[in-house]
Amino acid sequence: MRATVPSFSPRRVGAMILRHWYLLRSSWPRLIELIYWPAVQMFMWGFLQLGVARQAGAAATAAGTFLAAFLLWDILFRGQIGFSMSFMEEMWARNLPNLMISPLRPVEFVIALMTMSVIRLAVGFLPVTILAILFFGFNLWSLGLALVAFFANLFFTAWAVGMLCSGLVMRNGLGAEGLTWSMMFILLPLTCVYYPVATLPALVQPVAWALPPTAVFEGMRALVIDHVFRADLMLWALGLNAIWLAVGATSFVLLLGSARQAGALIQTGE
Amino acid sequence: MDAATTANAIEAEGLAKRYREAVAVDGISFAIARGTITGLLGGNGAGKTTTIGMIIGLVAPSAGRVRVFGADMAREPYRVLGRINFESPYVDLPHRLTVRQNLTVFGLLYGVADTAARIAELSADLDLAEFLDRQAGKLSAGQKTRVALAKALVNEPDLLVLDEPTASLDPDTADWIRGHLERYRAARNATILLASHNMFEVERLCDRVIMMKRGKIVDDDAPEHLIARYGRKNLEEVFLDVARGRRQPALAAEATR
Repeated sequence: MRATVPSFSPRRVGAMILRHWYLLRSSWPRLIELIYWPAVQMFMWGFLQLGVARQAGAAATAAGTFLAAFLLWDILFRGQIGFSMSFMEEMWARNLPNLMISPLRPVEFVIALMTMSVIRLAVGFLPVTILAILFFGFNLWSLGLALVAFFANLFFTAWAVGMLCSGLVMRNGLGAEGLTWSMMFILLPLTCVYYPVATLPALVQPVAWALPPTAVFEGMRALVIDHVFRADLMLWALGLNAIWLAVGATSFVLLLGSARQAGALIQTGE
Repeated sequence: MDAATTANAIEAEGLAKRYREAVAVDGISFAIARGTITGLLGGNGAGKTTTIGMIIGLVAPSAGRVRVFGADMAREPYRVLGRINFESPYVDLPHRLTVRQNLTVFGLLYGVADTAARIAELSADLDLAEFLDRQAGKLSAGQKTRVALAKALVNEPDLLVLDEPTASLDPDTADWIRGHLERYRAARNATILLASHNMFEVERLCDRVIMMKRGKIVDDDAPEHLIARYGRKNLEEVFLDVARGRRQPALAAEATR
């Protein structure tokens, strides 16, 4: 029964996923919360789009760009929140020291958190996309294979931001929790979720193009309005995401080291 | 140094920790032999928790180093983390998970070959059967302590580090826990390091006591030798002497002559 300690263990990743699955399964408020906000927002944007289309008759809004933009933004936002929430569950439960003295490696922990962000998003997102079809006749899944490129790029950005936020909470305690909820909103105006990049002042546009989600939202508009899949935009986003993920992972590791230096892991809290 | 060749479970050399201007641990050195139970004593702020944190790799030393089974805990903790475990009243298990779910998760994390069988063993040893499928957050203090101990034993650790293992427990449950720790050490030749403010517990369990004050080791000996050297009746009186700086061992020895 002697424990062995391989350098990477899918079993340990599975253990962490199981831990969070047990938690989700045991708590109906947590499950409801995963569906509630996406559903409320989807209805708000759906009705807004209907209202704008009736008054202006704009082709773009009629084509469903608002709903598509909202649903893709929700992947970005919920993807990060799903990552960070699973991390903060360990802080709230005062369980982080137990994990940090176990053979669980940081990379295994991060992979488990990434997996949980996908699971948590799927629980809320799938019903909401069905509601969008039923109430507004908008079928996100009709975007086909392009969705895979959109999803992948948005998740990569979400995980990069999630790693940074979790690292900050680990280093600074639950007092830094607010960053987890608010950090992604910095990207909301700059990534041009609901309008083209050309809308921004010329000076700000290069900043917008340095953010991977901007290319995804531009790509979505090209697909929904012009029926063109912009592979160049997806490759641009992928390249940026490689940098973002490297920065996110490095931040997580450095902040973990800093937390050990500051003694922040021995008693987690505020 | 190869883990198999060192006779000591823990070796600390010039171990120090500073938090900005505050010195929590001030260059301490000690070695703890395998198969022994050692008590780490000291008042609040003496540096016990920080020392424990450095031993298990949660806190990075500012200077010096600590080796566990030959592995430098600041550089290569993963070599030995599977052989260590830890329990503290300042650390919880996830409240919404049942006891069985918690032990399953930690069994998998520690690479326990047959997690269900190990949980059955722990359940029998620590009398967990009655609440094995109850949420950890809904247990009494005594039950929580037994579950925390079960988690700490899930990988049958060669080094068990305990911070206040019987804090806030009634005397019966505390006695029961102490008995279990003695049996575990005897059965596996495990090394146990415990920080406690319960002097009766330390006297009963420990082969050796390291006394700390303001980040330094101020005395280090077997409990009975400390009591004799300080000319006291029990370890609690020795602790008070050390904490309040009332008597030095040499003076105490003179007084008893």
